[in-house]
Amino acid sequence: MSTLDASETQAEIDQQWTTRSRRALAKTFPYEKLLPDTQPSYLASWIYVFGALTIGALTMIILSGAILSIEGPTWWHTSSVGLFVNSIHLWSVELFFFFMVIHLWGKYFMGAWRGKRAMTWMSGAITFAISIAAGFTGYVSQTNFDSQWIATQAKDGINSTGAGAFFNVLNFGQMLMWHIVLLPAAVIVLVGIHILMVRRRGIVPPYADDSKEVAS
Amino acid sequence: MNTTRRFNPDRDVEEWTGATRPYDLLKEVTVCFLVVALLAIGLAILFSSPNDQAISLRTWANANPVDFAQTAITELDGTSASATYGPPYNNTPGVSQKLGPISLAELMGINEYVNPPTDFVLRPLETVRGDAQLTAALTQFNAAGTAQQASWEHAYEQAVSHATYIQGSVSVPSGPYGPVGSMVASLTQMAQSGALDTSMLNEASFFGTDYTRSLLFLSDGGYLSAKADAQHLSGDQWGMMNEVGNYPGQAWLWLYTMWYQVKPFSTSPNADVQVWALMMVLTVALILVPFIPGLRSIPRWSKVYRIIWREHYRSQS
Repeated sequence: MSTLDASETQAEIDQQWTTRSRRALAKTFPYEKLLPDTQPSYLASWIYVFGALTIGALTMIILSGAILSIEGPTWWHTSSVGLFVNSIHLWSVELFFFFMVIHLWGKYFMGAWRGKRAMTWMSGAITFAISIAAGFTGYVSQTNFDSQWIATQAKDGINSTGAGAFFNVLNFGQMLMWHIVLLPAAVIVLVGIHILMVRRRGIVPPYADDSKEVAS
Repeated sequence: MNTTRRFNPDRDVEEWTGATRPYDLLKEVTVCFLVVALLAIGLAILFSSPNDQAISLRTWANANPVDFAQTAITELDGTSASATYGPPYNNTPGVSQKLGPISLAELMGINEYVNPPTDFVLRPLETVRGDAQLTAALTQFNAAGTAQQASWEHAYEQAVSHATYIQGSVSVPSGPYGPVGSMVASLTQMAQSGALDTSMLNEASFFGTDYTRSLLFLSDGGYLSAKADAQHLSGDQWGMMNEVGNYPGQAWLWLYTMWYQVKPFSTSPNADVQVWALMMVLTVALILVPFIPGLRSIPRWSKVYRIIWREHYRSQS
């Protein structure tokens, strides 16, 4: 094995996946963008709070869900503490969707996809759709009358699409796994991507009234 | 290569180079979390959460044994909704919903094979030991030909439609239904004792988390749907977005639920697959709003943004 000189060493370091990834990340997400201390002066409306409120509700859902998972899916039927934690979980979900829908409408009326922000919008819309699936699997995992009824009714819609061949809403074990592992993981990853995109591109500027030529 | 294109106000922006203002991102996120935490805890203290106990086959058979017996015979004779469901449970041809000429359920095939005569009736009854009358009835039934079995089942189905519940047992008018009366009576007793719940859940192994068969059996009867109807949870009551009592349910499903209330979906035999197809198209449209002419222009036309950025426009004027 030969000894590398300094320039060869640096050349090898420059080619490393790790080095190149770090440099790309530092270029795309400098700290000033990730954790900004100023924002454009037009960011002055309560509508901007609903994104952060949605993340707050998601955090509460994850925390309360994690506590529920400690004692298992039927704990809350037999324990007053469990019932209380389940109630926090339920209301966090209601708040999550309430805030998220207002956030979505707010961003729609801001035209928040403008200026190369289409992926930001798309990641948010996909998160909304996946969240509905996450909420649904929670409703059919309650192990009570509600979950029985919702599962037996929902099966017809899902089976009609052919998805029933791999997604059986009457299988409690399968639904619980989707609810506590697969779908939350998808939501968390998508929200992470969404936030990074918001930080990268920044908040969309207001509509201008004039028309002009732009570079592309 | 740098090309130019015309500025499209629905796609392009002139990035901001104007004034900025102090903004504490972490403080905002923390305060928002605390506000949501207080709201969720407050709502939980005030309203708790709904929790109507699950219905078991035992609950059903004790609360309405006539309905149970009437359902059980449809499982045995293969006329229940589950027995004639088609994919993904069984291969009844031509019953799956179609989107145009295509049945997606048939394309995907059977995943969870369910055979109600065997799974819901015969196999559970065969687990009973020490009941000579039932053993004889099963022997007689299994030895008979298909036509004879169908004749007994038909006769019992006619008779049980006039059944009453008297002094702890289902009283069925007499008729030429051979051993089927004893079999259904035994299945009803088995359900009333709770043994049927255990039998159906533990078919595969000691541990069980798949309630497909139990839920299909329950949903074939009238007891589950009657309770749901009383709780305004039926499909024609916007049931998918409702919750028991006065609790908010999955309100975000309002659009999905709405289609079931209006024509042509409310009267279509293919309503489920049609509504799902429509919702998939709308979901894709939502995701692709930035690229859909017209849809992406509505915000600019509506000028709602002038309310959101009113301070900005005031400072510009």
